[in-house]
Amino acid sequence: MENRIEILLEKYSHSRRDSLIPILQDIQEEVGYLSEEAIVIVGKHLGIPTSKIFGLATFYNQFRFEPKGIHHIQVCHGTACHMLGVVSIIEIIEKRLKIKAGQTSRNGKYSLEVVTCIGACSQSPVISINGVYYSKLTAERIKQILEEIMGE
Amino acid sequence: MQFNIEVNNRLIEVRKGETILSALYRNGIKVPTLCNMKDLSPTGACRICVVEVEGKENLVTSCSYPVEESMKIKTHSPRVVKARKTLVELLLSNHPDDCLYCERNGCCELQDLAIDLNIRERRISGKKSRHKLDLSSPSIVRDPAKCILCGRCVRVCDEIQSVCTLDFLNRGSKTIIGTAMARDLNFSSCINCGRCVMVCPTGALHEHGYLDEVLDSLNNPALHVVVQYGPAVTVSLAEEFGIKAGKDINGVINAALRKIGFAQIFDTAFGADLAVMETVELIMQRLETGEGFPVISSCCPAWVKYAEQFYPDILPYLSTCKSPQQMLGSIIKSYYAPQNNINPNSIYSVAIMPCLAKKFEAQREEMTHKAISDVDVVITTRELSRLIKMYGIDIQNIDPQTPDSPFGTRSSAGKLFGTAGGTTEAILRTLHYRMTGKELNSSKWHDLRFVSGIKEIPVKIGGKELKIVLANGLTGIEKLVEGILNKTINAHFVEIMTCPGGCVNGGGQPFKSGDKDVKARTRSLYEIDEVDTIKAAHKNPLINELYEKFLEKPGSDKAKQQLHTCYTKRDVLL
Ligand code: SF4
Ligand code: SF4
Ligand code: FES
Repeated sequence: MENRIEILLEKYSHSRRDSLIPILQDIQEEVGYLSEEAIVIVGKHLGIPTSKIFGLATFYNQFRFEPKGIHHIQVCHGTACHMLGVVSIIEIIEKRLKIKAGQTSRNGKYSLEVVTCIGACSQSPVISINGVYYSKLTAERIKQILEEIMGE
Repeated sequence: MQFNIEVNNRLIEVRKGETILSALYRNGIKVPTLCNMKDLSPTGACRICVVEVEGKENLVTSCSYPVEESMKIKTHSPRVVKARKTLVELLLSNHPDDCLYCERNGCCELQDLAIDLNIRERRISGKKSRHKLDLSSPSIVRDPAKCILCGRCVRVCDEIQSVCTLDFLNRGSKTIIGTAMARDLNFSSCINCGRCVMVCPTGALHEHGYLDEVLDSLNNPALHVVVQYGPAVTVSLAEEFGIKAGKDINGVINAALRKIGFAQIFDTAFGADLAVMETVELIMQRLETGEGFPVISSCCPAWVKYAEQFYPDILPYLSTCKSPQQMLGSIIKSYYAPQNNINPNSIYSVAIMPCLAKKFEAQREEMTHKAISDVDVVITTRELSRLIKMYGIDIQNIDPQTPDSPFGTRSSAGKLFGTAGGTTEAILRTLHYRMTGKELNSSKWHDLRFVSGIKEIPVKIGGKELKIVLANGLTGIEKLVEGILNKTINAHFVEIMTCPGGCVNGGGQPFKSGDKDVKARTRSLYEIDEVDTIKAAHKNPLINELYEKFLEKPGSDKAKQQLHTCYTKRDVLL
């Protein structure tokens, strides 16, 4: 992975602090998440303490710090989904999979991400698992979906 | 340029360009602050310092707003007071309700604000934050539930200490202060200096206390409990009892410790004398070959950890001498114990220090051999004051006593280790004797006293010119270390103290003391030196006796085994 990140940093060879966010976005795109190793390399490259990089990265919802699970669940928390009770859907997922938003389960099978509006408001509440959408969710339905992926 | 502005219907004189707050302070008008820090640029984050400016719709933050000509200000109008009160109530809305059990009970800025603003009930109630305590560090406890996000710790660690361990993590209501990758403090780049503890307004950052361990050991008949106290402690403790800053109560401390039940009482300044003897030997050896310079001090454990993490290449230059605390600890168990037919395993060795990093140092693996640690536990000046109060000792009414043999005499040079520049001064006195065979006419080195920041100071000994560098605090330390590494800075001896002012201003010292108090402590150390008869380590008869009976001579194999160590690169997230 070190290599992939270093290649990626080549195009930022003269940059400083202001390119931090684009660099982090590129790494996430390439590797799927911001590992400790990646943050250390970027810190050295830009001369910024890792605490500052981590602080900035955690400010934005878009960055994750663990690799995605085999089943990557994205839950929309836009206004429409919020109004239609997505919070309780998130709670059900967190409880069933024993992970919190932003985390990946220990066995690497599941990960959960809460995202801002994914533009399917008429279908609220909506989630996607590895890019497949599930809409107009109810408590019953989400439990059923979870059983299905857990049974695989 | 100066002009007048009107504050609370009275004219005050202000300077162009200064902030409203600084003008108010100079004129004796008090406005509360939280996020504001002396000598650092304002952030305007907490808004507690708001005042009303005529003609402005919104209240302005006085800490960041500059004075303007013909301004009319109200600092305590009903509107201002109400705004401040609401802000504090909001801070309290999710704050834990356990003041009684808090480290900072009685000296908490949030508590003070609540009292001053007459907050008597919880009108706004928020979800309590449920962050877990971080107890990983031997020096510092983090309790994020008590954090009010003023950001003072982040700024002191970045801007004064150059360590940058902390930052704001997450966003909005989830914001907390944390380290890179949200690691526990002990696995971060923190050097345990405790500057963040000193500036924290609440109990969110506090020292890792060990009073329970000390009490348990005192009550354990199988243990022989000995204690040593650092040079800065005796000139600082008085403040905890409302006595004037800088008063030396060394004798009273001896008496109090004896009353509490410590079997033997030792003065770390004796360890400092030993450190001088060994460091001077090291310098003498290098002078012979002219190689291996500079010798860099290693008596400050926070600086040592800084070097291990950020500049491992500098480690070969670090003096191999252990710090005075560890040297004394080591000979207590290896010399005092057998001399008195005590099994070193049954000695429990306590050190009272002005410092939080010393807690970490005592637990370093290099400081334990065959399961025997040089020092078993370190408590601070603050913890000592609690211990004394716990035992109901009235320090105003006990007679001073002296410390115990075989380490009962110290030189006043050893005492100087408590202040920045003092270590060097102590070393030069003995170095002068070793280089010239003659004692100094005047033992004072004025150039080394009250130095601010990093300074190169040439000194003459005999016919030879030696170059000394003092680093009083870590601000700008990168430049110094890089200069040494690329040979643009050539020195013979470099003293580095992490705390500005040295250990008198350490992270274990009384809270709420200002610059003036710290200066008073330093002056007191110099006064002790002024009147003392033994002014140099090599003139301490008990040091010489210790070498005769046990350590042979400075730099001997025996001395190396007991008093020296080495440091290696440390991997943490920088
Ligand atoms: S103890 Fe010192 S190094 Fe550690 S976080 Fe606090 S200020 Fe930074
Ligand atoms: S300067 Fe003194 S009090 Fe401060 S960290 Fe170093 S040893 Fe401790
Ligand atoms: S002290 Fe002025 S905004 Fe905090």
